[in-house]
Amino acid sequence: MSAVLEIHGVTKAYGERQVLRGIDLDVSEHEAVALIGASGSGKSTLLRCIDLLEEIDDGDVFLDGEVITDPAVDPVAVRRRLGLVFQAYNLFPHLTALQNVVLGEMRAHGVGRAEAEERGRALLARFGLEGREHDRPDNLSGGQQQRVAIARAFSGKPRAFLLDEVTSALDPELVGEVLAAVRDLKAEGMTMLIATHEMSFAREVADRVAFLHEGRILEQGPPDQVLVSPEREETKRFLSRLLEAGRI
Amino acid sequence: MTETAAISARRLEREAAKRRKERRGLAIAAVSTVVVLGGLATWILTSPGWPEVRETFFNWDVFKDSFPEVLEGFWLDVKLFVIVEIAVLIAGLAIALVRTSSAAALFPLRLLGMLFVDVFRGTPTILLVYLVGFGVPALQLTGLPTDPIVLGGIALGLSYSAYVAEVYRAGINSVHRGQRDAALAIGLSESQAMRFVILPQAVRRLAPPLLNDFVALQKDVALVSILGPAEAFRIAQIIQGENFNFTPLIAAAILYLAVTVPLARVVERMGGGAEGAVR
Repeated sequence: MSAVLEIHGVTKAYGERQVLRGIDLDVSEHEAVALIGASGSGKSTLLRCIDLLEEIDDGDVFLDGEVITDPAVDPVAVRRRLGLVFQAYNLFPHLTALQNVVLGEMRAHGVGRAEAEERGRALLARFGLEGREHDRPDNLSGGQQQRVAIARAFSGKPRAFLLDEVTSALDPELVGEVLAAVRDLKAEGMTMLIATHEMSFAREVADRVAFLHEGRILEQGPPDQVLVSPEREETKRFLSRLLEAGRI
Repeated sequence: MTETAAISARRLEREAAKRRKERRGLAIAAVSTVVVLGGLATWILTSPGWPEVRETFFNWDVFKDSFPEVLEGFWLDVKLFVIVEIAVLIAGLAIALVRTSSAAALFPLRLLGMLFVDVFRGTPTILLVYLVGFGVPALQLTGLPTDPIVLGGIALGLSYSAYVAEVYRAGINSVHRGQRDAALAIGLSESQAMRFVILPQAVRRLAPPLLNDFVALQKDVALVSILGPAEAFRIAQIIQGENFNFTPLIAAAILYLAVTVPLARVVERMGGGAEGAVR
């Protein structure tokens, strides 16, 4: 198995606040890695840094063995090879579901309208959105919006998928349909890095779980190990707090 | 409304009370309108100077005689307004795009954009009309326009481009940061993100404030009169000077209102549903 994503010693600070303090993490082809950790532990920042929406301070990120965090690398070309799904969906409100999905294909990947729309319709249908092609985001439920966002990120045929707490903004009854879409991608063999608060989902879908605490990965391993019998005190405390809150 | 045949007595009672309240509200509004407007009218119409004011400001014969000429002048206002407005929409957008860009190479343009907005928004429009209208011809440079209508239009354009640039900039900045992130994440470049994602959303929000500036510009076109062109206000002034009757100015005012009031109604309608306008 070759590593699709390699993260070496990445640090990132916002002013005085050190958010990432040296992250080392690999994601292999077809592997799903779940990033867990408290709010503010740096999960979102790490995903944003990988997609080059934030500039890192030190270290490097490699995609298929090529460095992508070098200042000489064109960030637009890198982002075209990655898919990022946001916690708040960030759909384009002035465009329909189908237009949201085909915009990147047409403008970033130069696919013709007819072909892009055909693929877009198929993608929306795949994520259970048949018949909603011409709805604007504000006519869709949160779960539907997030599935459109997943279809949108998937339309560029990304090498790896970055999921940033994609169910955190959803009403509880809508979480399942979005997780089903992620499960579907996993079954297809998509390489994924998933920041999540859904421990049962992490356990089910992830091949590996990495626990992020105050900008460092404190431990990582198979879900059954990290989520059931963690070695570090911090991991135990985090999991027991989630348990108390009824989130597991 | 009535799903079932059986309407409870309690509900009937409530509806009757609601109707009583509505009727009382209508009655109060009617009485207070009559008292306030009637009082105001009585106060003006019984004032000692009213017969003379009626003669000098609201003379029907003078109105009839001067209206065609004033209307002809107003046509120039409308033409000037339309041309300047189009130029302002384009120039304002260009300035706003430069000012919101982050490219290092555009730094000098950003600086110029900032200066432009500071200077032309900070100077009274009437002063700009004077300075451009009399200053530019005084340079006696060949190639520069000397037509007062063109110069007046340029002065108005400078002033309103500065305002409109700031309106655009506010609109661009009001689009949530997540929209830019999402646009970049799907592989668009910065300029594509601006063109396909941010600007379309900004412009929808901008329609009410932009229309507001349209209304202001439509009125300020009258400032060009100080340079001499025969537009509505100027013609009205000339006629007034000839026969010492202000009625032509009232005719001009009515013409301006005929354009600005419908525009204002459009602004209100769009402003009322600012969120709905997104669709």
